[in-house]
Amino acid sequence: MSEHYTLHVNGVERAVQDAWVGENLLYVLRERLGLMAAKGACEQGECGSCSVLVGGNLVCSCLVLAASAVGEPIVTVEGLAPPGAPSDVQQAFVDCGAVQCGFCTPGLIIAAHDLLDRTPEPTEMQIREELSGNVCRCTGYGRIIEAVQQVAVARRTADAGAAS
Amino acid sequence: MTVLVPTSLDEAIAGLAANGGATLLAGGTDLMVEVNEGHRHFPWPDDGATIIALHRVPELATWTYDVPAATVVLGAGVTWATIEQPPLRDLVPALAEAARTVGSPQIRNAGTVGGNLATCSPAGDGLPVLAALDADVTLLSAGGRRTMPVRDFMLGVKRTALQPGELIESITVPVLQGWQGYSKVGVRNAMVIATASACVATDVPSRSIRIALGSVAPTVVRCPVAEQFAVERVDWDALTVDAGDAVEFGRLAAAASRPIDDHRSSAEYRRHAVAVMAQRLLQRAFPGGER
Amino acid sequence: MSAVDTGTRTRDVLGASALRPDGIAKVQGTFQFSSDLGGDGVLWGATLRSPHPHARIIRIDVSPAWKIAGVESVITADDVPGQMTYGLIDQDQPVFASDVVRFVGEPIAAVAADHPETCRRALAAIVVEYEVLEPVLDPEAVVAGTAPAIHPNGNVLRHQRILHGDPSVTGDIVVEATYDIGMQDQAFLGLEAALAIPDPGGGGVELHIATQWLHEDRKQIADCLGMAPEQVRLVLAGVGGAFGAREDISLQVHTCLLALRLGRPVRMHYSRAESFLGHVHRHPATIWMRHHATAAGEIVKVEARFVFDGGAYASTSSAVLLNAITHTQGPYRCPNAVVDGWAVRTNHLPCGAMRGFGVVQACFAHESQLDKLAEACGLDPVEIRVRNVMHTGDRMITGQVMQNVAPIERCLRETAALPFPDEPVGGHDGDVMRLPGGAGRTADVGHVYRGIGYAAAMKNLMYSEGFDDYSTARCRLADGVVTLKFATAEVGQGFVTLAPQIARDVLGVDEVVLDRIDTGVGSAGSSSASRQTWMSGGAVNAACIAVRDRLFEHVAARHGVEAASLRIDGIEIVDESGALRLSVADASAGVEFDETREYHHPPTEDLDENGQGNCHTAFAFVAHRAVVDVDPDLGLVKVVQVATAQDVGRVLNPLSVVGQVEGGIAQGLGLAVMEEIVQIDGRIRNASFTDYLLPTMLDMPPVVMSFVEEPEPLAPLGAKGVGEPPTISSTPAIVAAIRDALRQAGREPRLDRVPVRPIDIIGVHERPRT
Ligand SMILES: Cc1cc2nc3c(=O)[nH]c(=O)nc-3n(C[C@H](O)[C@H](O)[C@H](O)COP(=O)(O)OP(=O)(O)OC[C@H]3O[C@@H](n4cnc5c(N)ncnc54)[C@H](O)[C@@H]3O)c2cc1C
Ligand code: FES
Ligand code: FES
Repeated sequence: MSEHYTLHVNGVERAVQDAWVGENLLYVLRERLGLMAAKGACEQGECGSCSVLVGGNLVCSCLVLAASAVGEPIVTVEGLAPPGAPSDVQQAFVDCGAVQCGFCTPGLIIAAHDLLDRTPEPTEMQIREELSGNVCRCTGYGRIIEAVQQVAVARRTADAGAAS
Repeated sequence: MTVLVPTSLDEAIAGLAANGGATLLAGGTDLMVEVNEGHRHFPWPDDGATIIALHRVPELATWTYDVPAATVVLGAGVTWATIEQPPLRDLVPALAEAARTVGSPQIRNAGTVGGNLATCSPAGDGLPVLAALDADVTLLSAGGRRTMPVRDFMLGVKRTALQPGELIESITVPVLQGWQGYSKVGVRNAMVIATASACVATDVPSRSIRIALGSVAPTVVRCPVAEQFAVERVDWDALTVDAGDAVEFGRLAAAASRPIDDHRSSAEYRRHAVAVMAQRLLQRAFPGGER
Repeated sequence: MSAVDTGTRTRDVLGASALRPDGIAKVQGTFQFSSDLGGDGVLWGATLRSPHPHARIIRIDVSPAWKIAGVESVITADDVPGQMTYGLIDQDQPVFASDVVRFVGEPIAAVAADHPETCRRALAAIVVEYEVLEPVLDPEAVVAGTAPAIHPNGNVLRHQRILHGDPSVTGDIVVEATYDIGMQDQAFLGLEAALAIPDPGGGGVELHIATQWLHEDRKQIADCLGMAPEQVRLVLAGVGGAFGAREDISLQVHTCLLALRLGRPVRMHYSRAESFLGHVHRHPATIWMRHHATAAGEIVKVEARFVFDGGAYASTSSAVLLNAITHTQGPYRCPNAVVDGWAVRTNHLPCGAMRGFGVVQACFAHESQLDKLAEACGLDPVEIRVRNVMHTGDRMITGQVMQNVAPIERCLRETAALPFPDEPVGGHDGDVMRLPGGAGRTADVGHVYRGIGYAAAMKNLMYSEGFDDYSTARCRLADGVVTLKFATAEVGQGFVTLAPQIARDVLGVDEVVLDRIDTGVGSAGSSSASRQTWMSGGAVNAACIAVRDRLFEHVAARHGVEAASLRIDGIEIVDESGALRLSVADASAGVEFDETREYHHPPTEDLDENGQGNCHTAFAFVAHRAVVDVDPDLGLVKVVQVATAQDVGRVLNPLSVVGQVEGGIAQGLGLAVMEEIVQIDGRIRNASFTDYLLPTMLDMPPVVMSFVEEPEPLAPLGAKGVGEPPTISSTPAIVAAIRDALRQAGREPRLDRVPVRPIDIIGVHERPRT
């Protein structure tokens, strides 16, 4: 195992030593860098549990060859908010009952943040389409949609408050 | 280091020339599935072969609109997410419709049109559109450049005309003047591999109608008989088509398909679906007629 | 969006939408799932599996695997020190196959190595020579007795009859059909994973595992390891969903064996493809039913024949079959019944528990039959059902009398009264995603028909047939803080939310600490059969009450009042006269009360040879209405809305119930229109999420719901389990809606199998126009 490279994760340079070239980013984040938030449930791009941002794009980390992600900013759930101080999206997921077993949750949190950053006021159909790559087996999605909508409203209200 | 991440096309080509057996990697949405499943063996535990990751080659990641030539030139590394949105959505609407059906947002953010073409799966969603639009593909190696129709590039199931040492540089897509659209049948309303698909593209000034089918043969099928039939039956002034003619168009398209039974569906259903999609697409293209 | 008000919270007592205590950890990614456990120096384990559905093993040569650098151990059946087989009911499944393999995916050997890729290469290096045998794949051949035995225990896992009332009765109206149900996968997202840590000296092992039932796992593991149960300690690791698939042993024994052999921690993770092979599935079934009714639509008799394909090993097949046949009548009165049920062994993937446990299959059949009856009698689907509903005190086809609350008519009427979707076909915004086919743009609005379908279900709660079903909980109160301990598996359902609510209610405290969930306390039974709210809720309740009694005695002694005059009021203790009022925190300062209690439900009995007996504990009910848009020419569907009213007894946490209802419906939808494990010649063809399709956010519609609250006197908290009913009749309601849409399109739909495939929809014949 001969690969040595550096990844830029959550604003920090992280050295990866003695890795195998075939390792995907999900594996390296979890097993070599100890960042366990991203989850693997298929390693085929079909479930979204492993979603992270690479170069600002929402992707499945299981389909990123880790050694090819050098030089690009990588953001995982650990990089969204410090422990114990959840982001608005994270808090809304808890408050709305969007979490059951929680295995899909980190991937959905990243995807919902990304969606709301790009589309601050998504329609219900936009939420459904944008989050359709994140499978949840427990919740039936209703509470997840509710959580995203709640954040959109809260952010708009906060913005309106700030503007006035 | 066995993973090269070139930041220019020259560098990529040089890397390819220096490593005959190198594996090209774009968005990874086809390749990494194989790696994760253990179907694609990387050297273990030590190095030997090389992977060339193309996602940071700017020339491959951009596209241009050549107005005089009426073509869009897509770098091989343009993602489905880019194709799905304006301005490309307005220039090549059928390709944008196909793009919107590819996987999920995560897959479309990573997956590229070049990777789709190089994989050449019978179910690749870009392929029927590129075939219907008579797109050309440009291949580049240290030895030079060559261009060929996408239809000639696709040789069979996961077989293409790409030679070792070559990469797909770009895909040149004609911008037509007329309605074009894509339909894809899958059992789920998102994130699904095509059971069968069809693209109809029209060019009104040249009175041309093309139809290409996906997932119903080893590679994409064009249907010259159906195309000819439609060209003759369409009312080009009113831009309408008779309902009966649309049905016949569907029947002719289905007749050109060569589907198989597999665990996803049956040949019979695929043939039927092609007929229905082709009929509906033609009616969308020429909406004036009675239904 | 639910019509349910999840309320505002003041104190997180029963009835409030208390939030999950593990919620913040889960959204921040710090919650530890079983697959998150590891650490430096922990070896990876992996399993070699049979490529054949049926074959004799001639030779296993593991020596090539040993030669690969990084491989630390290779084990086979020869290395099993204890019992060679395991199983929940019959111990008929080998830890490792050594002589015969009986399904594709059966474990043969396991390795431990330094990297997953080393494991992969080591497995590939093991040589197994097989003599391929003819597989038994046709359940009917087993029933007919023409298939050769593929297991020393024979191929019939269970044959059970039900004869009730007068079998010669006939009705004015007779409807019959044969229904098929495909094999569904639980498809929890958190794949099987475990970490085994051997005790120094090898005298025991600690297993961190995602499971539904710690103590049952422990018993089976200890037997196979040749250890006493106390030598095996199980700790619940974070569970990423279960749905029945974690009731059986999968990688538990293998992981422990490797760790004990090496004297080092070993972890094992299944891949998705392996998971499809490594756990039991919902039984595929063929069910024939014939209903007899009066001209007015009153059911007078049901005849039925069930054949369940149990696959290669017994798992819980016999209990699943019992559930199916005893629910032949559904939530409807039925004085006479002739039912014959078979669960058989084949060389398919083993089947066992999945949410609904046999009742899903029965319900698809009886609800399809009710719609046929409605049509034959000229009644609408709600009316035919209401006319036949069972009531408390009615006798079922097993002879058992329905003892519990049975608000079936309310479920039906309230479901029917829920609002319909306000969007027309295609919606107001014209988004293609609203039409069948979605982004595939296969249909225009004019191609699509909208249908409405209804269904209702009855589901037994808890374990049946004489099983001594119980749960244990321990409650400790000290200085105003309650600590609860139980072995109840939290699989996502929210018992960890409910238990503190109970303690707050009973003891008047706010701070409740949950101890680690492990085998350090008595069994809680399985997190299945919609039983934990009733059973473990009952145990926690009992333990808290026992502590409260001691607290009252303590307060009574100190303050010179009668213990019997004390009660909890909010966070205070008051006596009847109102003279005494002190906070629980103050009352418990400096003292400690610690009580452990078991809750047992009333005993049940076995069925006799005619299927008569009080075999079930209690039942819950539900009704569903589905609105589905259908493209009849392409056979594609879009479920637009599901409405449901569910008998819940009492809502203990509205948000949790909403989650169970919506999540359960999503799984029912999956079975209705997309989810099926496809096996051809005994080989699974779609062991991936690419081809085993789960509903996404674009497939699952909004749910409107109403809770039917009639507190259940038999239940310790008045609440019935809510986990399974949503999954059960949502499937037939969706299929009924598809049939309704097709009828409007002028087709004569049969749709007698699920999942409904496009080919089934287009394959229907045009109704002859008269
Ligand atoms: C969950 C999921 C869903 C999917 N859904 C769909 C779908 O609905 N429709 C569909 O069509 N596809 C689908 N795909 C497949 C895949 O996303 C597409 O084919 C995508 O376009 C591949 O592009 P890529 O850049 O990711 O290719 P990569 O995986 O990077 O490469 C694929 C192949 O192309 C070669 N290659 C890449 N770039 C070049 C180049 N410039 N020159 C020469 N060779 C090159 C690679 O060597 C490799 O052999 C799906 C994949 C996943 C994981
Ligand atoms: S693990 Fe990456 S998408 Fe499922
Ligand atoms: S909460 Fe369990 S998979 Fe989403």
